[in-house]
Amino acid sequence: MHDLGFDIAHLLAGGMVVVSLSLLYQDRLYALINGFALHSLVLTLAVGWQAYIQDAHHLYVTAGIALVFKTLAIPAALHRIVQRLGIHRTLEVVGGVGRNMLAGTALVALAILVMLPVTATANALAREDLAFALAVVLLGLLLMVTRQNAVGLVIGFMSLENGLVLAAAGARGMPLAVEISVAFSVLIALIVIGIFLFRIRERFDSVDMQAMDAFREERRR
Amino acid sequence: MNALGLSAMTALLAVPAGAALLLVLLSSYRWGARLNVGAALLSLLAAVTLFGVRPEGNLYLRVDDFNIYLIALNNLVSFTTSVFSASYIAHELATGRLTPQYLRFYHAMYQALLFAMNLALLANNIGLLWVAIELATLITVLMVGLYRTRAALEAAWKYFILGSLGIALALFGTILVYLAAQPVIGEGLPAMAWDQLLIHAAAFDPALLNLAFVFLLLGYGTKAGLVPLHAWLPDAHAEGPTPISAILSGLLLNVALYAVLRFKMLMSANPHALAPGPLMVGLGLLSLLFAGFMFYRRGDIKRLFAYSSIEHMGIITFAFGMGGPLANFAGLLHMTMHSLTKSAIFFAVGHIAQVKGTQRISTIRGLTATHPWLGWGLVAGVIAIAGMPPFGVFMSEFLVVSSTFARQPGLALVLVIGLLLGFGALLWRLHGLAFGESHSANAPGPTPISALPMMAHLALVFIAGFWLPGPLVTWFQHVAVLLG
Repeated sequence: MHDLGFDIAHLLAGGMVVVSLSLLYQDRLYALINGFALHSLVLTLAVGWQAYIQDAHHLYVTAGIALVFKTLAIPAALHRIVQRLGIHRTLEVVGGVGRNMLAGTALVALAILVMLPVTATANALAREDLAFALAVVLLGLLLMVTRQNAVGLVIGFMSLENGLVLAAAGARGMPLAVEISVAFSVLIALIVIGIFLFRIRERFDSVDMQAMDAFREERRR
Repeated sequence: MNALGLSAMTALLAVPAGAALLLVLLSSYRWGARLNVGAALLSLLAAVTLFGVRPEGNLYLRVDDFNIYLIALNNLVSFTTSVFSASYIAHELATGRLTPQYLRFYHAMYQALLFAMNLALLANNIGLLWVAIELATLITVLMVGLYRTRAALEAAWKYFILGSLGIALALFGTILVYLAAQPVIGEGLPAMAWDQLLIHAAAFDPALLNLAFVFLLLGYGTKAGLVPLHAWLPDAHAEGPTPISAILSGLLLNVALYAVLRFKMLMSANPHALAPGPLMVGLGLLSLLFAGFMFYRRGDIKRLFAYSSIEHMGIITFAFGMGGPLANFAGLLHMTMHSLTKSAIFFAVGHIAQVKGTQRISTIRGLTATHPWLGWGLVAGVIAIAGMPPFGVFMSEFLVVSSTFARQPGLALVLVIGLLLGFGALLWRLHGLAFGESHSANAPGPTPISALPMMAHLALVFIAGFWLPGPLVTWFQHVAVLLG
């Protein structure tokens, strides 16, 4: 069971969890974006490796999409957005870094405790990949919760989607339709987000979500 | 014969997709509105054709006893909404809230949304189902933000974030279902085809299936507006164009719930898996009670009816969670009645907000005196949605309550309390809206002809209160048994 192919897959999937954890304590926007680029790069390697050991050629396409769009294009676009909006300042991390790291560790433990017993019958590779993928998804959720900033939210969401791609790649023989659609969704998501960020800027002169919360119904009356 | 069925199934997807492309190219908004109505009518005809000749399913698309009826309902309400939309947008253009460019975009998006919903209902592949619901989410996000006001952008943004989260969770659930199916069915497409999944569901690993269902329920439940994942719903309904509110409430919530039900059927087919019922009953009751209390503090008329949608989604989820032929029958009937009634109410509310120039309940007064058509239409709609006889909603709510009393009197009590809370709030609000003394400026109301879609829906709901056609009852009974 413990051959080299398994070990490398394990290493790469585990690497994604580590990068996810490191995203939690970034308090500067550029560092957060670069962290996301690294996250996607590790995803590319992980999916590429899965394609190689499963001999599933369509996964190379998925890996390519992760490399071109998520590692290069989207971080570059986000850099541009941040530059044009002039918001390259420090981010507020809700709840404090220490507590977030503790919560993050607890979520990773939770993911492993939930997934491993459930997938006892599946093969070891799929099991551990899935446990790591769930951990990345949960950490993405935590990242979204702890960032009030729109760019932070978007990065949290995209790191969550990276976790989903990892899960899809680990599921042996899953049809291509799903991978394409995930990539597709990220693309559209970026378009929508881009439009939003600029419109938000137009209307609010800020991308701080707290400024938007002031327009709830209760206060409008 | 089968060729006709196949082309009808293809038309359900090709007509809206083609119309969306044409509408992007068409710059005249008048022709845009006409084309929109025409395309919706064509889709409706295609949907009706499916009742006569049913095509064979394949690994991607499938028409079966469960979805055929929802497809017809979906296309019927899209058609009437497109008629309402034509009269609604002319006024929005006149008041300058929308420009012709935005309308071009709006009409194209309307057809694209219709395409996505038809695809979700027709899909036999759980991956395709997910893609379709994701597409519908993205399109509605753009539609909700159409007015470009602060509030509309905030609503669209909130919907986008929560909707994407729900979609992401649902994808994780979908992958888990595939993993459960793969050892039994083998790798590749058949392990994602819903009919294959159902045949082999008994042999799946129950633990994996349980986990998958939790993710799917939370994911698609977000889209169906179940508490505590409902936060996007009132904002999206209040800030978007009213025809979109009607589509969201009447159709898109149903589509999301339909996805949950498909997976519930898989769960029921596996004897060792967790019973999905209690989870759905819990979420349903929570939604019902929460909405019941929230009614009392609403100041915006569209928000009021958005909370009413949460309430009714709660009732439907509760009914399907209880399960059994009678409760499922009630759930299906309530799904239909709610779609028709709620979209009729939004048709009325759209015109009301236009003639009064506001959505605030406190400034809308005495509608029956100033605009009899709209006022009495709203009265009929609200009486229907509050669950009073002689309307169809009363029938279905009565069935839900009585079937629950027979099996779980404790739960029925909670259910009745929730229903009464909503009932009281709606009638209290209705009194001021319809019969109070009017002080505000009154624009002339729309012509009685533009009240036609609303009247048609209300008439259907009214008839359903007395009499349901025989084939419809047989169909409901048959599907209720399938749902388990």
